[in-house]
Amino acid sequence: MEKHITLPLTDKDIKELSSGDYVYLTGTVYTARDAAHKRMDEALAKNEPLPIEMKGAVIYYMGPSPAREGRPIGSAGPTTASRMDKYAPKLLDLGMSAMIGKGKRNPAVKEAIVRNGAVYFAAVGGAGALLSKAIVASEVVAYDDLGTEAIRKLEVKDFPVIVVIDSRGNDLYETAIEEYRSE
Amino acid sequence: MREISTEKITETISSLCIRANHYLAPDMKNAFCDAVAKERSELGKKILGQLEDNLKIAEEDMIPICQDTGMAVVFIKVGQEVHITGGSLEDAINEGVRKGYTEGFLRKSVVSDPIERKNTGDNTPAVIHYSIVPGDKLEITVAPKGFGSENMSRVFMLKPADGIEGVKNAVLTAVKDAGPNACPPMVVGVGIGGTFEKCAILAKKALTREAGSHSEIGWVKDLEEELLEKINKTGIGPGGLGGAVTAFAVNVLTYPTHIAGLPVAVNICCHVNRHVSAVL
Ligand code: SF4
Repeated sequence: MEKHITLPLTDKDIKELSSGDYVYLTGTVYTARDAAHKRMDEALAKNEPLPIEMKGAVIYYMGPSPAREGRPIGSAGPTTASRMDKYAPKLLDLGMSAMIGKGKRNPAVKEAIVRNGAVYFAAVGGAGALLSKAIVASEVVAYDDLGTEAIRKLEVKDFPVIVVIDSRGNDLYETAIEEYRSE
Repeated sequence: MREISTEKITETISSLCIRANHYLAPDMKNAFCDAVAKERSELGKKILGQLEDNLKIAEEDMIPICQDTGMAVVFIKVGQEVHITGGSLEDAINEGVRKGYTEGFLRKSVVSDPIERKNTGDNTPAVIHYSIVPGDKLEITVAPKGFGSENMSRVFMLKPADGIEGVKNAVLTAVKDAGPNACPPMVVGVGIGGTFEKCAILAKKALTREAGSHSEIGWVKDLEEELLEKINKTGIGPGGLGGAVTAFAVNVLTYPTHIAGLPVAVNICCHVNRHVSAVL
């Protein structure tokens, strides 16, 4: 099913999303990848506050290429989500509502998605030029020294994603591949 | 002796880095057209369409095809009649990478130490593979490699008794484990034979061979065709979201090996299989 959603995601939005839905997101998302996750994890270990409000946040696993003059951002497609599996359950327990990435998640992440009523979206990997067109503004909000790995606040408009793991734990990577397997 | 200046080499590498990250070679574009015709999944077709649009936007607006503009892998064939003037060849190559990645608005994705992980800020150093060949030319291939797919690559040290079935299993295992992580449709580079490191370099080099071309060795060509068919039956599909097009091509290179071994390397590349060459 095709849907248009304005962020932040409500509990109702999340409940109504099903694995396989094609969704266009509009609103605020934050970027964070390996190094930013490591730093947030260290902050949590020291009982320090996180640089962004995790409750209701949508985190996009992405590190852009530099923007050319006059543009908000460079190429901006998803990175492999499994590298963030180590950190995701903790952030989900803190209220993160959705993640955007590409590739499989481990059982601990799936459990945390179901436990917290969250969702995992995939954006098309390797479509960074196309996806950059759905990003209208970008601003570094934390960890500037990490360069491409800094945390950015993005304003997206009709950003195309696909629901891979829904709040009931259905996983499109498993079901769709089975459907087309002909070995 | 023919003289080639390091300055010329730096300029060439710089422009190849920029070109590789914005324009896919024609063989990859053809592979996309064929794939759209073969795909059965509606979502798969939609994703392939987006990837084609992505290529157009990249060219027209000069936005890198993918934000992971890779670690710069450079294959350089140095004619033995060439005299390089003006400094070190290695420095000239790295200077070219620095210039290309900085001036071309490409992402800097290299850290100086694998554990301390501080970004070098200019995407250097490159990974350089030299070979000395007859002649008075310098042939340079730049192949920026993204790590979503690089991370899913494998080396298998098989036994001679495992034979060709063992090789097929190795390739299919690597591809299935890679699944959606490697941004399918993939190009699969396979190196068979040599030693531990030789087969890995062969697999990398195989990725620079045109998609759709085949080995001149009979059994290797058959293997390439059979593996492509089998990979496309796994159901992984475009974006790993199910479908009939999981790979565009399987390219295999071979080398003599030891009586006791059968090394196999599988270097997985995503649909953004970048490689451009120039001859000086
Ligand atoms: S695997 Fe390839 S297409 Fe995917 S993010 Fe990395 S470089 Fe881009």
